[in-house]
Amino acid sequence: MTNAISVTGLHKSFGRTHALDGLDLTVATGEVHGFLGPNGAGKSTTIRVLLGLLRADSGAVELLGGDPWADAVALHRRLAYVPGDVTLWRNLSGGEVIDLYGRLRGTGLDRARRAELIERFELDPTKKGRTYSKGNRQKVALVAAFASDAELLVLDEPTSGLDPLMEEVFQDCVREARDRGRTVLLSSHILSEVETLCDRVSIVRKGRTVETGSLAQLRHLTRTSVTAELAGPPGDLDRLAGVHDLRVEGRRVRLQVDTDKLDPVLAALLTAGVRSLTSTPPTLEELFLRHYADTEVAS
Amino acid sequence: MTALAGTGTLTRLALRRDRLTLPVWALVTGGLVASGPGSLGGLYDTAAARAELAASMTANSSMRSLYGPVFSDSLGGLVAWRFGTFGAVLAAVASLIVVVRHTREEEETGRQELLSAGAVGRRAPLTSALLAALVLNTAVALLVFAGLAGQGAAGALALALAIGGTGMVFATVAALAAQFTESARLAKGIAGGALGLAFVLRAAGDSGDASGGSALTWLSPVGWAESVRAYGDERWWVLPLIAAAVAAQTALAYGLAARRDVGASFLATRPGPAAGRLATAGALALRLQRGALLGWGAGFLLGGLVFGGMAEGAADLVGDNEKAREIFERMGGQTALTDAFLATMVSLFGMLAALYAVGAVLRAHTEETSGRAEPLLAGSLGRLRWAAGHLVPAFGGAALILLAAGLGLALGFGGSYGPVLGAALAQLPAVWTLAGVATLLWGALPRAAGAGWAAAGLCLALGWIGPALNLPRAVLNVSPFAHLPKLPGPEPTWTPLLALTALAAALTAAGLAGLRRRDLQV
Repeated sequence: MTNAISVTGLHKSFGRTHALDGLDLTVATGEVHGFLGPNGAGKSTTIRVLLGLLRADSGAVELLGGDPWADAVALHRRLAYVPGDVTLWRNLSGGEVIDLYGRLRGTGLDRARRAELIERFELDPTKKGRTYSKGNRQKVALVAAFASDAELLVLDEPTSGLDPLMEEVFQDCVREARDRGRTVLLSSHILSEVETLCDRVSIVRKGRTVETGSLAQLRHLTRTSVTAELAGPPGDLDRLAGVHDLRVEGRRVRLQVDTDKLDPVLAALLTAGVRSLTSTPPTLEELFLRHYADTEVAS
Repeated sequence: MTALAGTGTLTRLALRRDRLTLPVWALVTGGLVASGPGSLGGLYDTAAARAELAASMTANSSMRSLYGPVFSDSLGGLVAWRFGTFGAVLAAVASLIVVVRHTREEEETGRQELLSAGAVGRRAPLTSALLAALVLNTAVALLVFAGLAGQGAAGALALALAIGGTGMVFATVAALAAQFTESARLAKGIAGGALGLAFVLRAAGDSGDASGGSALTWLSPVGWAESVRAYGDERWWVLPLIAAAVAAQTALAYGLAARRDVGASFLATRPGPAAGRLATAGALALRLQRGALLGWGAGFLLGGLVFGGMAEGAADLVGDNEKAREIFERMGGQTALTDAFLATMVSLFGMLAALYAVGAVLRAHTEETSGRAEPLLAGSLGRLRWAAGHLVPAFGGAALILLAAGLGLALGFGGSYGPVLGAALAQLPAVWTLAGVATLLWGALPRAAGAGWAAAGLCLALGWIGPALNLPRAVLNVSPFAHLPKLPGPEPTWTPLLALTALAAALTAAGLAGLRRRDLQV
């Protein structure tokens, strides 16, 4: 499988600020890739480098097989972009702007698809830019992007300001895009969105990639919560490797365990006799909180 | 040519966005010059009258500093003299606004990012902005040519190209300014400052040299337009010089644009303090308006110094030409010619200060429509207090910059501090009246708030070119500046000053009352 995006060792500084400090990012063709990180981690800077709006200081960047700085125009015909904060011109209507973005991509828009998307996103394309709310401005850019049939969708927190129903429509559109073989790079803070949509995720922090892989792989590195009702005394569970936050209330046991150390813990519980057992994989939130809150960058 | 990909679409976008403003600018600028033969032709209908006017105007240094020398006493020549500089300055103002609007402003608002994510070449945004300016200046030039062709096609062509060319010179100055700062407002300020400097250089050059060949005039792009000498001995070779300046500045702007990131600039934005002391609406408004106030103040001080230095020679050159005296008095002069010169300059500064004051009042309107006022007014801040925060720098700032101009004039002239500073302050009632008009529009008719600019622009046009056109007194009296006593001079008449101050207060109060009652424009 080829890669739609391949970034290695990307550096970008603004004066004394090192926005990107050796960032790596690989997005395979046809996948929906989540791009996560705390505010100021360098997500938008990376995306702007990928769009050829910023010039990388150093590092290798390849987008759809080309150089995003040198081949910007040719590559932009093949991608669509939605920023997190869409600003429109006060005296142009939403419909005019959608068509403008389509024409600027050089390929124009599929009229039927455009009409269908306007319908689905419940957008009034006749209103002027100044009268749209935040969510509706966002929809203008989303309709233009999804109606374009571009190979690669670059979405930078695209759903900020959308209501839950529209969030649902957005997720459907992303799935349809994937089903048609499109590649999506989705930067988002809405973890449920990432969890339902993304095949793989990359987590960045302070300009570096700290974790990348499928959600299953990432979960493997973290802890599972286990709650069990036992038949007898639980024994010395806290002496087992990988057990954290152990709490015993009579015969009720609650603990967290490193996911790769699950076997010996379950064996110990079985010895005591299990009446009931719930095991919860780590939520994405827990995954992120761990990474976001770390003072040291994980190696 | 991938660097230019998308230029056509972006140019159409620019023209579509400016579908109203571009035609208005073109009609006002081109139409004004084109109306020249009609208005001046009725006034000076014999060759003798025109020859006398030409001789007296060329002999008069203060008139030369405003309009330049007369190069031909034909009707076309008088139109080129009277309207040429004014038309060129208007075309330059319109061009620099258009170019900054479609380059730096797009980057500052973040709209350029989404556009550039399309198949848009790196040179396309700047190219399309310059093309929009070219469309504007071509329209102006066509109107000028059409209006003057009856007076001789060669002169009409020379004047049309000189005015359109000056527009393009400042379009490319704006293109350069847009590379240096991240703020569209500051980019317009830099380009506008360059235009002001060019005007002052030309004025100083022409003031000291009746042939129009001073080195200072040649340093100024506004002076180049004059040096084409339309209807005189047309010097066509100046036009390629203008074209070369446009080409060089365009190339430089492209070169700079290619060396920076989208949204970035060559003058880096410095980090601000980690903790702030701004505590009141007034402090915030003053902080927002500080840059404009300092810029205008410095410009007024500098301009005052230059014009003050020219005042000494003003009385020598007018001589005893009756016609010149008559026109000069209509321009705002008294019989004491040095005083008349200073009074003319003070009045010019007054009309320009009205532009500052209107801009400062309408800054509050921008704060409102951009949504930045909303969180402030959602706090424990009343509308009146918030509005007052912006009106104080507008009304008080106008006084400060007029004092700066007066100080410059007196320093340059080398004396008369009291009378000159007093004369500068005597402009305030008229300035405040226009600021009051802007406040009323903003408070009562917020959608028409931009008309405040039109009111100030109209007064500037009436004051600059109205008197020499023999417009009816009733028309000239529309401008509050027409009612001011001519100062420095004999004892001031206090009645119009007090009446205008009262009018300004009433307009402002009505505007604030409207602001309290209406919906916020969010």
